[in-house]
Amino acid sequence: MSEITYKPGHEPHPRETRRIFRNIDRVGYTPSIKSFLADGGYEALKKALAMEPAAVIDEVKKSGLRGRGGAGFPTGVKWTFIPRGNTKPVYLVCNCDESEPGTFKDRFIVHQDPHQLIEGMVIACYAVQAHYAIIYMREEFPEAAKIMKKALKEAEKNGFVGKNIQGTGYDLKIILHRGAGAYICGEETGLINSIEGVRPYPRIKPPFFPAAIGLYGCPTIVNNVESLCQVRQVLLRGGEAYAAEGAQRSPGTRIIGVSGDVRKPGYYEIISGSITYGELLYELCGGPKEGRKFKAIIPGGASAKVMRCDEVLTGRNPDGSVRKMSIFDVPMDLDSIAAHGSMSGSGGVIVMDDSRSMPEMLRNLNRFFAWESCGQCTPCREGNPWMLKLSTRICEGKASPEDVDLLKSVADNICGRTVCAFGEACSWPVQAFITKFREEFLALTKPINALKPHNPESAEARKYLTRED
Amino acid sequence: MSPEQPILPKDAAAAEGKVNVQINGTWYRFPKGTRIADACNSVEVHVPCFCYHPKLSVAGSCRMCLVEQGMPPRLAPGATPTYNEDGYQTIQWMPRAVVACANTVAENMGIRTNGTVCTQARRAVLEFLLTNHPLDCPICDQAGECKLQEYTADYGSPTHRFTEAKIKKGKHIEIGPRVNLDQERCVLCRRCVRFMREVVGEEVLGVVGRGGHNAIACYPGKTLDSNYSMNVVDICPVGAMTSRDFRFRMRVWFLKSTPTIDVNCGTGTNIYVWSREQQVYRITPRQNDEVNSCWMPDSHRLNYRYINSGKRLLTPLVKTDAEAPQRAAAWEPIIKAAAEQLRLCDPGQLAFIVSARLTNEELFLAGELAQLLGVKALDIVPRRGESDGMLISADRNPNSTGAQIVLHKNGGTLDNIRRGIKIGKIRSLVVLGEDVTAEAAITAEQLAALDYLLVIDHTENATTQAADVVLPGVTFAEKYGTMVNVTGRIQRLNRAIDPLGEAKADWEILAALLRECCGDLPGAAAHATSAQEVLDVMAAQIEELNGVSWASIGNQGQQIIDTGVSIPLIDREKANK
Repeated sequence: MSEITYKPGHEPHPRETRRIFRNIDRVGYTPSIKSFLADGGYEALKKALAMEPAAVIDEVKKSGLRGRGGAGFPTGVKWTFIPRGNTKPVYLVCNCDESEPGTFKDRFIVHQDPHQLIEGMVIACYAVQAHYAIIYMREEFPEAAKIMKKALKEAEKNGFVGKNIQGTGYDLKIILHRGAGAYICGEETGLINSIEGVRPYPRIKPPFFPAAIGLYGCPTIVNNVESLCQVRQVLLRGGEAYAAEGAQRSPGTRIIGVSGDVRKPGYYEIISGSITYGELLYELCGGPKEGRKFKAIIPGGASAKVMRCDEVLTGRNPDGSVRKMSIFDVPMDLDSIAAHGSMSGSGGVIVMDDSRSMPEMLRNLNRFFAWESCGQCTPCREGNPWMLKLSTRICEGKASPEDVDLLKSVADNICGRTVCAFGEACSWPVQAFITKFREEFLALTKPINALKPHNPESAEARKYLTRED
Repeated sequence: MSPEQPILPKDAAAAEGKVNVQINGTWYRFPKGTRIADACNSVEVHVPCFCYHPKLSVAGSCRMCLVEQGMPPRLAPGATPTYNEDGYQTIQWMPRAVVACANTVAENMGIRTNGTVCTQARRAVLEFLLTNHPLDCPICDQAGECKLQEYTADYGSPTHRFTEAKIKKGKHIEIGPRVNLDQERCVLCRRCVRFMREVVGEEVLGVVGRGGHNAIACYPGKTLDSNYSMNVVDICPVGAMTSRDFRFRMRVWFLKSTPTIDVNCGTGTNIYVWSREQQVYRITPRQNDEVNSCWMPDSHRLNYRYINSGKRLLTPLVKTDAEAPQRAAAWEPIIKAAAEQLRLCDPGQLAFIVSARLTNEELFLAGELAQLLGVKALDIVPRRGESDGMLISADRNPNSTGAQIVLHKNGGTLDNIRRGIKIGKIRSLVVLGEDVTAEAAITAEQLAALDYLLVIDHTENATTQAADVVLPGVTFAEKYGTMVNVTGRIQRLNRAIDPLGEAKADWEILAALLRECCGDLPGAAAHATSAQEVLDVMAAQIEELNGVSWASIGNQGQQIIDTGVSIPLIDREKANK
């Protein structure tokens, strides 16, 4: 990599391994196909087209590649869920609705290296024998949409997309579809509904697993931008070589987006599991700001459960003995953090130092989730505004200690009872913030009568209703 | 496995195409593919639902039907399942509740609705629904038949914890000429949206707003003006959609519902008539998957005000002289006089115009009377319109098929009767339940020129005004009887209210006339004391009705012949299954 020069201030840290982000912020690199071809672009595609589609799937399965959208489902396995003997067209949708707060990896790919994604998509489409693919791009990426459109044209002109790709007789059309600015469109079935032009309410699973009943009732594979780019890496390196690198159960590189109270926030591409959270924050990100201490970390986008930095976790040494550790000792792969009750999700690490008020942080998250709830199912639609109102009242010092428990109880009532994972996404932060920073919440409350009305309307309602708990 | 080994329940069930399911500790067998909600409800284990409607696609969004579910534990590779002494595998219960509407039963599945998982889930969902609900039950029309009210009483929490300001939404929105919307009461089950899209096929209703501000609304430039719009009122589980016709007129718990059938067209839509103290307040559809599914057209539903109108005939009327006004008379003498008059008529100069809006029993008695008098000229008044491709039949008579079966008449000879009246060949006329001036193109002058005109009808019209004798009959809501719909299905009419004033059911009047006319001759039908007995007589005499009885028809009707006519909406529903 010595020949690659990066823009000043964007040089990779020595512990990074730039694969997907190889050309991000690289001097002289443009989103054009010229740059990409000069860098060895579309070689993986040629390799794939020389194989049988089933062999490509096998290769990806062998690689152990797991989806990078947040859930971490094995990509190759997902591809095999298309019903056997299917006669309907198969669609592939690239989920570029990167809307999880704290996540900003895909935006660099689509803005600076679009051909990498196109190549990954063509390989994936070829593997599942889709002849129509859609890039679902969020509304907030207007520039990327222009860049991507141009890139698609270039790719078609060069025979990498369109009819008879590279003379193999394989046809593929890729179109770009713009979202309209909704978090829920990042949920795969909500996204499919959005493409269909109906309200992006997520569909119930079962029966609407996209690989079986997806877009227009046809089998549909929905993959994240980074996942598709990783498919290209798998083809370049070979499945077994890919699987050998990084954490055993989540191989390959990971892109981590660090935001919040660190000296050097930004993106970092690392070999999965090669460093710990502590190394990431202290070495790569330069540690906390002047005179500050790290207080809390949200390890995988806004919906992941928050971790306290002074929390004592129980881990295991390689010899099986138990050891006490902190979040800083947890390696950065997909599963390690899950063992401690959170998730590494989409790789968006949000860091908070001791200047932050946790109830305020939670209110901010609640405001986001209350605004972004689609409103389809009852617990999420009604619970989110309630949680926002409660956390607002706590922050304003108008709440009683019981209200803190009520807030947690509302979250418990949402969790696990909704149509899609939004129920967990909105309730996990509340559960974790209150459990782990309870004293901060209680400090803001007053021993006021919890039954006291908080507004004229509830004062009126109070005449008829009593609360007995 | 030795041959003596008893057959496992799973194999026994599989042989029938069924699966074994344990519901609240008891094992049942259900056909494969049955929804958990349907399975539970069929064995009297109540699963509350807001959004699930058996005739609409599954939304799974209200989360009210959450139940605890369990399956046999997943086996390690190579392991064989173990069965307990009853032949079932142990059930491993899942910590998360699942929706009963979207999931189907499976072999050895366990369902629990009485455990903490389910109880907590229901309680939580109800609490959420009530946070922004206006709680205006005292002035809400749905109160008494509101699912939110019922479920809160059954499964809700006795206390409430929400003390914030509620989200405000639109109230009293006239989304259509017959339906009002209150967005605050709405639980967003979207049954109305799915009904309009899937059954009516019109994209009219949709959801607007994000998250907690979700609300039902019409698409821009659209109104809910379909002739099936009021069905959304029926399927709305709460008071969000209310009927503008019924709003604020009566609390539903005072109303009595009588299962009967609609008489506005040949479909014979199954309905409930909702009445209180001899007054009909509303009509709603009743489920019958062979006739009208769960729906009915607004035009039929709202055509009930004539039942309690001021134009109803309440006493027998008689004209003593051609020029004299009609005056009230007592039943007994007037029946006697009428019978005598009919006997005096020359049968060749007497004609019967009967109505295919009458019941089979009435048509049968009218036929008997005509036969006894030797009258050949008898026919119904046909009424044709256009089918709407849904539930409204092109035949606007409710009992044309019955007239064909009982009297072998279909309106084909009405022209002859009309001509006979015109040229003066027919001098006397008996009209049953028809305004012949409006429907049969016989003028009031022609009626006035007749020697004798006997009319049995329930409401005053030009024909009754011209009559020498008017005998007050009743509307469909006041009598028992049977009718045969266009497909050949015999269905029952039930009495919802008593006959108004001194009016009598038409079959009673006809039986009385028959008794007077035939004198001492014992006519089985004439001596019947109920419509059901007339039906028994008919069943013995008419081939198509052989074996039919009041009980065998039941509330869902009985297919007696196949006319080859079908109901478009039912065809579609069956095709979609």
